[in-house]
Amino acid sequence: MKVSMSVNGRQVSGEAEPRTLLVHFLRESLGLTGTHVGCESSYCGACTISLDGKAVLSCTMLAAQADGADITTVEGLAQDGELHPVQEGFWERHGLQCGFCTPGMIMSAVTLLEENPEPSEEEIRRGIEGNLCRCTGYHNIVQAIEYAGARMRGEEPAPAEWENA
Amino acid sequence: MSSTSVLGGVVRRREDPALIQGRGRYTDDVKLARTAHVAFVRSPYAHATVGAIDTSAATAMEGVVAVYTAADTDHLGPLIAQVPVGALRPLLNNGTVKHVGEAVAMVVAEDPYVAKDAADSVEVDYEPMPAVVDLKQSLSDEVPVHEGASNTLISWVGPFGADEAALAELQAGIEAAKQRDDAVVVSQEMTNQRLIPVPIEPRSVLADYQAGYDRFDIYSSTQIPSALAGAIGKYFGMSMNQVTVKAMEVGGGFGCKLNVYNDEVLVAFASKQLDRPVKWTETRREAANSTIQGRGWVATATVTGTTSGEVLGFELEGIADMGAYSQNFTVAIPFLGLFVGSGQYGFPTYWKMDCVTTHTMTTDAYRGAGRPEAAYYLERIMDMYARRIGMDPAEVRRKNYISSSDFPGAVSPMGFPMDTGDYTTNLDAALEAAGWSDLLAERDAARAEGRHVGVGLATYVEVCGFGPSGLVDLGFSWAEYQMPSAFNGSSLVRVHPDGSATVSIGTGPSGQGHQTTWAQIVGDGLGLEVDRIRVIHGDTEEAPPSIGSFGSRSAAVDGAACYEATGKVRAKAARIAAHMLEASEADIEFADGGAHVAGAPDSSVSWGDIAACAYQPHRLPEGMEGGLEAHAIFSPGNATWPFGTHIAVVEVDPDTGDVDLLRYIGMDDCGNVISPMIVDGQVHGGIAQGIGQAMFEDAVYDADGNLLSGSLVDYILPTAADLPSFELDRTVTPTDVNPLGVKGIGEAGTIGSAQTVVNAVVDALEPLGVTHIDMPLRPRRVWQAIQDARA
Repeated sequence: MKVSMSVNGRQVSGEAEPRTLLVHFLRESLGLTGTHVGCESSYCGACTISLDGKAVLSCTMLAAQADGADITTVEGLAQDGELHPVQEGFWERHGLQCGFCTPGMIMSAVTLLEENPEPSEEEIRRGIEGNLCRCTGYHNIVQAIEYAGARMRGEEPAPAEWENA
Repeated sequence: MSSTSVLGGVVRRREDPALIQGRGRYTDDVKLARTAHVAFVRSPYAHATVGAIDTSAATAMEGVVAVYTAADTDHLGPLIAQVPVGALRPLLNNGTVKHVGEAVAMVVAEDPYVAKDAADSVEVDYEPMPAVVDLKQSLSDEVPVHEGASNTLISWVGPFGADEAALAELQAGIEAAKQRDDAVVVSQEMTNQRLIPVPIEPRSVLADYQAGYDRFDIYSSTQIPSALAGAIGKYFGMSMNQVTVKAMEVGGGFGCKLNVYNDEVLVAFASKQLDRPVKWTETRREAANSTIQGRGWVATATVTGTTSGEVLGFELEGIADMGAYSQNFTVAIPFLGLFVGSGQYGFPTYWKMDCVTTHTMTTDAYRGAGRPEAAYYLERIMDMYARRIGMDPAEVRRKNYISSSDFPGAVSPMGFPMDTGDYTTNLDAALEAAGWSDLLAERDAARAEGRHVGVGLATYVEVCGFGPSGLVDLGFSWAEYQMPSAFNGSSLVRVHPDGSATVSIGTGPSGQGHQTTWAQIVGDGLGLEVDRIRVIHGDTEEAPPSIGSFGSRSAAVDGAACYEATGKVRAKAARIAAHMLEASEADIEFADGGAHVAGAPDSSVSWGDIAACAYQPHRLPEGMEGGLEAHAIFSPGNATWPFGTHIAVVEVDPDTGDVDLLRYIGMDDCGNVISPMIVDGQVHGGIAQGIGQAMFEDAVYDADGNLLSGSLVDYILPTAADLPSFELDRTVTPTDVNPLGVKGIGEAGTIGSAQTVVNAVVDALEPLGVTHIDMPLRPRRVWQAIQDARA
């Protein structure tokens, strides 16, 4: 069957089987390999994308269900060579190690900050509960999201912990 | 927070721009034209004879390219192992399956969905047989895992190297101590449960055999690219130089990608047979039941001490679960525990672990690998002893430490020389950082209000940075993988004619930031901007052979090789610069992208000038060879022995058994630090995995050998909401076994943390009479312990 959708601001269409998962359509048909498959069971969050403004798991959705949708993947976050503040926060605050959970984590964090521009640490931790990271213990992910939140509010982020000698 | 870096501070990671934009290349992201896809047929039984395998429906399916069984692959032999004690895994099972998830057939199809459909259609006649899962039952040999062989593969007895007479004398001494009037004996059987490593990236392999050139490109999510190249060469009668392994981005490893796997060999086999690229990416369930697991010990720890806190002897006796087959290290993992069996203490220690097989997936190296288990038993029983004699748990430890004045030259009671240590300073720093006496007062005040608050402390020493090539003599040889060079670090530093530089290195990082750290070491040594330095790792075509990244070894061993190779390049460059500037070589200094004469910064040449000269031999000093590159192999005299003290504060809800982790303080000592940012990150992740074991994770097999926790629905990982922010700091006791003074830090957090949390929870429940709860401390288990104590 033919499916059409907007992905990162571009109208795309392609052939998909009725059973093709959205994440496989993105990765295999469109070549957008930034969205990762970690568990195929909606528990790890590595495949999180933005679909019609909501953070959704692309491993538990069919490509056919996304027909006509407006999708943003991690590849579509940076604009005109400028990193999204959340991407910048992950870089500045060492919010990633192996980087495999990172695209999904970033997509969840973007939605979190859109819905709650000034989250507490507790709210950040609850907000990314659906995204598993095995490398960072989440410590620096929280720092990264706090950094991004400050930037998006036009405030100066707190210095990095390793700068507080 | 200590931000001291031996190389001048923090550099933002160079690997990040690709990864945060979804442009990193992990194995499954690599697409080659004409790639066929693999799905495996796996046993649903833990122990069963395999009869007829009917592949006709699969073969007839549109899009299926080939179906292979053991009859096609047996000639390749079993999966090779570095420490080949016990039965080796057949590539595809050829008679009797030994665990759920064991591969019995491989389907290759044009499309991964079709491959899975076809694998589902393969019919296998199984005749189930009784399985053995329980370790004590396995030890009895009542049900053999492998017909005709004892289930016990090896027993590790320590101290290392002690003969029978010495062991008998040691045991007699501890027995005599138990008879003293002031003796206190505390003993507890404890389980250190099996764990599933769960890197978020599933393993993946893509093999591309090129018939025209008789060579392989293998893309794999592996920590050991060179060993995989050697293994593939060995299976197919090829040299290492006919096989290129590329592990570009690896999405977490934690030891489970430190194996050459049967699937890697099988996918290569299919590619060669079919003369086209072949790919397989594991599902999460396959990651649970056919990628190695870790831990899995049942043991009894016993401390014999005096009423005043002097420990007279420690004994650990138990059983370790090897699973069904031996893979890379398998039986060697408990031996790594033996290395640190006596921790940072000087008291006599007797240690015995029987390594037994069961009808379960193989165990091997999972972050810490034997050392978290050893530290867990030691530090749990030290805590119970402190409680029994009513002494502050910190003071009991202090009283029994190996003294800092014993370094250098300290030898642990287990028989191993240690590099450097200052345990008392570290303990004091941790107590101060936590506000120890205030913490205890706050706990007591909370208790007076009827709350169940607990404070737990544990200390550890680990051994890591395995680099001495003498380890070959202990049986750790990589010769099976055509890598007899064993544990050396190896680095090649090349300055190009334009003055940029490349570091080629055989490490196999999975998030540790080697792109950044190796560039920092080389940049610091050459006075060259980090941006001018490219790091190539995870590519066996480019890098000198090396055994990869594991055992917290990369900085201490391969980092030291980077340092030494840099020194060689700098020495030659200094001679060239002196020649160009008509100055004395001794006066040449490197900074700001070039060399200058000391005290005369205007008398300078850039790295581009020096390099251009180096590649034009007629301009060089008489007798000097052209070129500007150096290779260094580094084999340290010892491993490194980091240490630390961790403290946790918890509150338990007695009505539900729910544990709330309120604070976590880590005071680690990994010697000198290259990047405080990266070191802290390693500790954060390590702690989270130790807390995972303490509170959530459990690889559960039922009595029939079914894995009940094969998905992330039932294998519980800590989420962000389960953990607090961590409070970290460091003491700095440089090692003397490498020129950077750095010790390993990748596993320390995991080694120090599980017992810290359990000690805290037991402390919280002490007023109720709870003395021990086996991990994981999920609410139901904690609640049950409270009920049992109250009964």
